[in-house]
Amino acid sequence: MAINWFKYSAPSTFYGAAGKMIPWFAGASAILFVVGLYMGFFVAPTDVQQSEAYRIMFIHVPVSILSMIIYLIMAGYAALGLIFNTRLSAMMANALAPTGALFAFLSLWTGALWGKPMWGAWWVWDARLTSELILLFLYLGFIALHASIDDPRRADRASALLAIIGSVNVPIIYFSVKWWNTLHQGATIKLSGTSMHVAMQQSLLAMLLACWLYAITMTLLRVRSIILERERNNQWVMELAEIKK
Amino acid sequence: MNLQPIAKQKLGADLSLTRLLILVIRRDVVLAMRRRADVLTTLFFFVIVVTLFPLGVGPELNLLRTMAPGTLWVAALLASMLSLGRIFSADYLDGTLEQMMLIPQSLSALVLGKMVAHWMLSGLPLALMAPVLGLQFDMSAEALGILILTLLLGTPILSMIGAIGAALTLGLRGGGVLVSLLVLPLCIPVLVFGAGAVEAVTSGMSPASHLSLLGALLLLASVFTPWVTATALRISME
Repeated sequence: MAINWFKYSAPSTFYGAAGKMIPWFAGASAILFVVGLYMGFFVAPTDVQQSEAYRIMFIHVPVSILSMIIYLIMAGYAALGLIFNTRLSAMMANALAPTGALFAFLSLWTGALWGKPMWGAWWVWDARLTSELILLFLYLGFIALHASIDDPRRADRASALLAIIGSVNVPIIYFSVKWWNTLHQGATIKLSGTSMHVAMQQSLLAMLLACWLYAITMTLLRVRSIILERERNNQWVMELAEIKK
Repeated sequence: MNLQPIAKQKLGADLSLTRLLILVIRRDVVLAMRRRADVLTTLFFFVIVVTLFPLGVGPELNLLRTMAPGTLWVAALLASMLSLGRIFSADYLDGTLEQMMLIPQSLSALVLGKMVAHWMLSGLPLALMAPVLGLQFDMSAEALGILILTLLLGTPILSMIGAIGAALTLGLRGGGVLVSLLVLPLCIPVLVFGAGAVEAVTSGMSPASHLSLLGALLLLASVFTPWVTATALRISME
């Protein structure tokens, strides 16, 4: 059976496919949010050292992980667009940026709320906090550069290059814990065994998946708008049922 | 300035890379020397920013001594951002850059030449000026020596990373502010290790590790940034 792998790399076919996928991702995300939040608040036991305050972890950890992963995915799409000149890749990179920036901001915000009771300060100049802040700046730089170039092709390519340069920073965030001696605890979820209660671990995983699916839903919604905006002069857009109405 | 040798090289096809590098550096330095005010403005900006800090936080010498490395480094960072617009924009506006991109040699080499020239006109004067300003902060002779060393190692990296930003924002409205937004986050490691080395000396430790990391960054930057900048220029000019 011959599969045409490139069928959905055309904006016109992807627009329809994205529309069909959105309800599924949105639904799964909503269910996992309910499950994750319920488990996080009612099933997971109270922590011995941090009492109830640790529960903010269930949102803080997923958004922090995703803010980094989204940046890498964004840089990956940007590289694809730059190398193969595919239009959809640049649109995807564009659609991912606001969600990534939101997650980076939420990570800093929830981190500050967690830091106040634990470390006694809203903000400490810890390496990982600083790197996360830099990541937020990188997202904002990407969005700002794209917004200030009028020609969409140049905007795509210039911001793609910026995203790739910035992705050098994401490993630095990850390894900063080992490079600099910091307040953050080392990795708790290890491949061999874990030092965390099972219920905590499960609710964390549920929340991570929920956030991930939320990011996919939002990206697909946004990329559909970008496709419509960019392709507005094409025949297939005119023939869409929602445009004719 | 005798420009005769340039004309003699028929279209420059037999120009070696080193020769090209030297030509570009010489051309940019000569051009900048004819508009000396631009270079001096950056230097005065550096002096004024550094002078403002003691006025802002008070003249207590103990406080100033601990602040000195960071203050001088941040001021150097800001000053080199200020001059980034010059690196390509004049050549872009009068069409020279378009002609330059047609050279038969590698565009990366030409870009490297422009980076070096930019450093000689912004980073080098700052590094030479810094010890005088360091005296205002009551820094020790040893710390001043390391400060010059870190600035000499670090400011070329700032010019190189900055050139990428300048190439990406070529000809955009509000390019000056945008380039700072893009480039400053990428310059943070340079700031950390540069100021860190001076701080290590003041607190009686060895600055060797910071200096090595700074040197490593410089090597990495000089390998990759000319190529990235050339790519950025092609994107901006097409």
